[in-house]
Amino acid sequence: MSELKLMKGNEAVAEAAIRAGADAYFGYPITPQSEVLEYLMSEQPEKRTGMIVLQAESEVAAINMVYGAAGTGKRVMTSSSSPGISLKQEGISYIAGAELPCLIVNVVRGGPGLGTIQPSQADYFQSTKGGGHGDYRLIVLAPASVQEMSDFVKLGFELAFKYRNPVLMLSDGVIGQMMEKVELFDQQPRLDYFDPAWTTTGKTDDRGRNIITSLDLDPYLMEKHNQMLQAKYRKIEELEVRVEEIMIEDAEYIFVAYGSSARISQKAVELARAKGIKAGLLRPKTLFPFPKRIISELADRVKGFLSVEMSAGQMVEDVRLAVNGKVWVEHFGRYGGVVHSPNEVLDALENLIEKK
Amino acid sequence: MTEEIIIAGFGGQGVLSMGKILAYSGIMQNMEVSWMPSYGPEMRGGTANVTVILSEEKVSSPILHDFDTAIILNQQSMDKFEQSVKSGGLLLYDGNGITRHPERKDINVFRIDAAEESSKMSSTKTFNMIVLGAFLKIKPIVELENVIAGLKKSLPKRHHHLIAVNEEGIKRGMQVVRELQKAK
Repeated sequence: MSELKLMKGNEAVAEAAIRAGADAYFGYPITPQSEVLEYLMSEQPEKRTGMIVLQAESEVAAINMVYGAAGTGKRVMTSSSSPGISLKQEGISYIAGAELPCLIVNVVRGGPGLGTIQPSQADYFQSTKGGGHGDYRLIVLAPASVQEMSDFVKLGFELAFKYRNPVLMLSDGVIGQMMEKVELFDQQPRLDYFDPAWTTTGKTDDRGRNIITSLDLDPYLMEKHNQMLQAKYRKIEELEVRVEEIMIEDAEYIFVAYGSSARISQKAVELARAKGIKAGLLRPKTLFPFPKRIISELADRVKGFLSVEMSAGQMVEDVRLAVNGKVWVEHFGRYGGVVHSPNEVLDALENLIEKK
Repeated sequence: MTEEIIIAGFGGQGVLSMGKILAYSGIMQNMEVSWMPSYGPEMRGGTANVTVILSEEKVSSPILHDFDTAIILNQQSMDKFEQSVKSGGLLLYDGNGITRHPERKDINVFRIDAAEESSKMSSTKTFNMIVLGAFLKIKPIVELENVIAGLKKSLPKRHHHLIAVNEEGIKRGMQVVRELQKAK
């Protein structure tokens, strides 16, 4: 039987990690995600499942512990907030290059720099376009509720192992700090099978050595490796797009929003409908892969799109690419740690309808 | 039924835990709930507030611009949130330390002198439960038995001996809340 609890988003991530059968968590505290580590430390999962929880000496150390442990085929994760995720980028690029599965959770706060501890969604570019160096992609999941903070941990590990690719959960201070009802999934067993094709669990006589590296000095072999990575990313784009559609059937105007902005925009849809404006919401649950085809098809029958994010306008670029000039696409959002209200979102749409 | 509530006061008054108990009570009554705190530097010695939504429907935005109910426990919060009450909505406040009383005529205003009442009880920590009792007297959106069940859920076991005094606080709040103004 699944269990019903009132939890913070950050606590749900931590509990879900234990239940998803994670082998290890390596992290370093930072507001507004510190409850992940706090919860894990107080819950002592080494007694529940044998899962290891370790507070590293820095974010750089934590991501390299993830790199090493992932190489052995274990189910491992880390979490942080924006400045900490920036510190992890070198490691993330290496993990992507070495094609290892892991889960990274970013509970985004306002930037740039040390910024503020208040919620933000300004790490979209960093998450979806490759925050580290090189041509790589993360699978990016965008939870919009405490329930999804739990569910996407499980999904994240599944996708990470399916594609041997790091998965990033892009949350924010609102979803991390708020409490909601959450139905926890049942305890999953920890892994007891490690794929001999790539894991470094000790060489046996019947196979060659497995070497985990992101380095190849021969550019032609490196190009080949890159082509293989790109083929994998195309397959992910084809198979793993996930969205939620709200009041979209007869909509004339579409909000595109993820995470907490999607929740706020959903309320704006309710307010708009009460005023007779046919608004709807498209909520990407995956930011890479981005729902390009769905948006392109919607563009054939709606009048305009308003991309709503707590940033100066990042996802709006992907919406514009997908719409490809068919109808107008604009951006609205407060940023730097300020959270927009549903009324502000509705005002922005009404102003645009009047202007266009 | 959807009730959108902001509870605002000083850090340490039990604003966040009162919201949490309300949210748990909602769950006990099979409602959808959300609890969104102000967090960070605001909490340390300054103002603290929490938005609590209880609804029969799934909750869309945990962030709101205006509220059905504002529960206000200090002057800064009065200045900040009096204008955020929906027309015809409820403003419930503790008069302790309030120098500028509510001025709007289009809202229902109730007063609960919880600070004063709690000083007469066995523990002044019942302050936030007196306020909660006052609110539930005006808007009985959750049953008292579900509040007690919510208390049990939100308090760690080692504090369960405090449930009786908390219940007493809730009942006191229900008795002493005063209506000051009906919305015009």
